[in-house]
Amino acid sequence: MSEDLISINNLSKTYQNGLKALKNVSLNIKKGEILAMLGPNGAGKTTLISIICGIVTPSSGKVDVDGFDIIKDYRQTRSKIGLVPQELTLENFETVFNNVSFTRGLYGKAPDPKYIESVLKKLSLWDKKDNILRQLSGGMKRRVLIAKALSHKPSILFLDEPTAGVDVELRKDMWKSVEALRESGVTIILTTHYIEEAEAIADRVAVINNGEIIVVDQKQDLLNKMGKKKLRIDLHEKTATIPESLSKYDLELSGNKLSLTYSYDTQKQRTGITNLLQDIRDQGLKLKDLKTEESTLEKIFVTLVRENNEN
Amino acid sequence: MRINYYGFRAIYLHEMDRFRRTLLQSLISPVLSTSLYFIVFGSVIGNYVQNIDGISYGSYIVPGLIMLTLLTQSISNTSFGIFFPKFNGSLYEILAAPISTFEMVLAFVGAGATKTLIIGAVILATSNFFVEVSILHPLLMVFLLVLVAFTFALFGFLIGLLSSNFEQMSIIPTLVITPMVFLGGSLYSLDMLPPFWQMVTYFNPVVYLINGLRFSFYGASDFNIWISIASMIFFLVLCISVVAYVLKKGYTIKS
Repeated sequence: MSEDLISINNLSKTYQNGLKALKNVSLNIKKGEILAMLGPNGAGKTTLISIICGIVTPSSGKVDVDGFDIIKDYRQTRSKIGLVPQELTLENFETVFNNVSFTRGLYGKAPDPKYIESVLKKLSLWDKKDNILRQLSGGMKRRVLIAKALSHKPSILFLDEPTAGVDVELRKDMWKSVEALRESGVTIILTTHYIEEAEAIADRVAVINNGEIIVVDQKQDLLNKMGKKKLRIDLHEKTATIPESLSKYDLELSGNKLSLTYSYDTQKQRTGITNLLQDIRDQGLKLKDLKTEESTLEKIFVTLVRENNEN
Repeated sequence: MRINYYGFRAIYLHEMDRFRRTLLQSLISPVLSTSLYFIVFGSVIGNYVQNIDGISYGSYIVPGLIMLTLLTQSISNTSFGIFFPKFNGSLYEILAAPISTFEMVLAFVGAGATKTLIIGAVILATSNFFVEVSILHPLLMVFLLVLVAFTFALFGFLIGLLSSNFEQMSIIPTLVITPMVFLGGSLYSLDMLPPFWQMVTYFNPVVYLINGLRFSFYGASDFNIWISIASMIFFLVLCISVVAYVLKKGYTIKS
């Protein structure tokens, strides 16, 4: 897991219209991991992927894939990569089977109908193999894009918003497929808007905003480090204000005056919960219920992006 | 992998497959329109025109009509071939594939030229039904047809590459190529024009192509055959240079 498969060094991209899509991005991607890239629209995620895949030319910087330079040794690097693009861009008048076989050929591999068959079966597309693309639903087209990306057995797979516009059930199926691919040794880099997706399948998370990587960390470490917990205390009777003796705690009173929310840091030795509950009792407030709530990757992400924008 | 043979093959066969799918418009329409030319010009008007250079009028126009089809078809085949994936976005996978620019262009242009040559052969066969056709220099004819098919397929590739909508795609074939072919002596000998228009015609490169092909058929031409060959090679080199420059710049397909 520790070997770097892709190393990106000081990569920048300025488009002809002057848009700086990437600013000195450096990032290492380890063999066999699932890395999720999170970022708002226009953050530079797709540009980064497109450069590694050879669709966009970098303005400066260097990218190595398995020790090969993406520009000088493009044949070696590109043949290791499979790409599932964000848009449903397909040759609409070709059959599913021909579409997938076409991609395999492009990547320099001899035709192998047996292998294509296995890929289509895995993605539940085999019964549609003779259908013309435009007869398929959006979800199926997306699976065809994945089949195309896998047609030449890549060791690295880029998924650019793989589950955009895909229903919940299919999304979960895709997560399973991604996990199965990782188990077969494929390194996976995905961009997503759905933070629950990153939370569900990624090993590491990179947050990109305004063409810069704000943070890269193990998902769990990020959750631990950045995560805050909240304790909601429901009261039996309304309290007009937060009592003076409780002002030392980070408390918020709800709109209906019936509950208090206490935010605390899980990393601290003492969370202060025992003292808080003691002080509440001393105030004569009667507890009705207690609930704790953990901050999700989504909240961490929103906080990070907001802080980055403010700076 | 030093040469991506399978990548080249994939694009070439994919393009040929498109030809098969659109067989009706690709093959039948040029055959039909050429047959109409033979009926109207060859049979009807031809009866009122004297032999030109000792060749009957119907036979005289065969090379011109083949050239008309060759030019328009090779341009439209290849320009659509590259324009479609650009238009629907599926070009991304060709750009991301381990295939060189040269291999990609050769596959698109090779397929476009192959289709055109098939159409050319069918039209040549069709013309045999209407008029008597003799080919004096068959090898020269094949050489010229292949050269023209490749050159104009490359020109079509350039048009497809530079066009950003369907309108732009049809501007050059409609406004430039068709008039150049009609005014390039496809249906008449330059001697039949008034001196001023003869002068103007010398600046039309298509004149040399048609006369070259006519020479391979009947040994009759308004020019020396080497002028024709040289002008074709000049245009081929020009197309190669411009395509290479445009692709190097990444214009319209790669940012």
